[in-house]
Amino acid sequence: MASNFSVAMKALAVEFEKTTAHHVVLSFGSTGKHYAQIKNGAPFDVFLAADAARPALLENQGIANAGSRTTYARGKLVLWTSKPDVNDVQDILLNSQDVRHLALANPKLSPYGMAAQQAMVELNVWPKLQAKIVRGENIAQTFQFVHSGNAELGFVAYSQVVNPKRSVQGSFWMPPQSLYSPIDQQAVLLNDKQASKDFLKFLDGSLARQIIQNYGYDLP
Amino acid sequence: MILSQQDLTALFVTLKLASVSTLVLLIIGTPLAWWLSRSQWRFKYIIEAIIALPLILPPTVLGFYLLISLGPNGPIGGLVAMLDGAPLAFTFTGLVIGSVFYSMPFVVQPLQNAFTAVGQRPLEVAATLRASPLDRFFTIAVPMAKPGFMTASVLGFAHTLGEFGVVLMIGGNIPGSTQVASIAIYDHVEALEYGQAHWLAGSLLLFSFLLLIVVYGANRRYTVAQP
Repeated sequence: MASNFSVAMKALAVEFEKTTAHHVVLSFGSTGKHYAQIKNGAPFDVFLAADAARPALLENQGIANAGSRTTYARGKLVLWTSKPDVNDVQDILLNSQDVRHLALANPKLSPYGMAAQQAMVELNVWPKLQAKIVRGENIAQTFQFVHSGNAELGFVAYSQVVNPKRSVQGSFWMPPQSLYSPIDQQAVLLNDKQASKDFLKFLDGSLARQIIQNYGYDLP
Repeated sequence: MILSQQDLTALFVTLKLASVSTLVLLIIGTPLAWWLSRSQWRFKYIIEAIIALPLILPPTVLGFYLLISLGPNGPIGGLVAMLDGAPLAFTFTGLVIGSVFYSMPFVVQPLQNAFTAVGQRPLEVAATLRASPLDRFFTIAVPMAKPGFMTASVLGFAHTLGEFGVVLMIGGNIPGSTQVASIAIYDHVEALEYGQAHWLAGSLLLFSFLLLIVVYGANRRYTVAQP
């Protein structure tokens, strides 16, 4: 599954194992890599992608079960700095003289990176920030660039910043969702095992939905 | 054009990184290997263990520590900031520093073995003929250790060509400065651009193979023990 979902997923897995007799084994990684692995016969039961495109491709190719595609979370983008108590994070982006590096996930690979690009285009800062952009391979790496202080500012997932089990780190600004296309993260079934079906059903249930929202996602 | 402009740039950055890193490694590695081959210091093995560490550690460990050390709160980043220098993460210089750590054993170990194989005898003979230590080193040890230099240069170069984890962690994927071929291939695969991934991966494979053919072919002509 998508690495941005790892923290929420661990909480979900605990609940799922409590309510059913099934046991969950998790494999985190980038959606592109998992797509290639699944296409080449990786023995996964359910695929939780970071976008809707790759599950759709698998469905069209007949690798994923037709009609099993469901949006399990809608990601929220935040502009984040690891410095605490910054009042106006948006202002740093708009007046970026003091910013040496702005991190985002590679827009080609990550829906969060694509969303960040769209938001910056909408805010008319995309061209002038080009020279300052550093790209993580995924949203987890982007988070690390900012967390280590090597990039002053970065676009990450809200789910990385918020965690029901600890306080928010650093400071962030949440761009209005009108600035970027929805980050719909979809899940698909990869076989007909009862356990796989049960898991997707659990994911759509009220308990799971509550947990997903607690961990910083919206739901469609 | 089969390889895109960006892919060609990535290949160029890769070759540049490997060349610069190898040069730096030879400059640092030669005196270090010489000292290691001559020293009687009882704790020498600790230094040898440190140099060999990158052989065992996953590059991501090295990259992770480098990212933290280069950051404003890290020792290297803090020092650079104190000297009013520009931060090193996400720069070509930063990658060279990473590569030097990463490929160090591949340069130092063959050199150390080659220097050890030279032995004391030729140098003692030269000393009786009043050759100065520096003279002895450059006219006796270096020529006799030539195959070691050859192996060290090629292994250092080749290992840096294949570098991925360290660059991934501290590079920031900037075309023309920190985007190397291995990262570009990874991006193509992730973006499902398998055709472009094939071309770039194939180019790198062919180049690396040819490089090793040349080295092993040339090494056959020397008789000094293999490292």
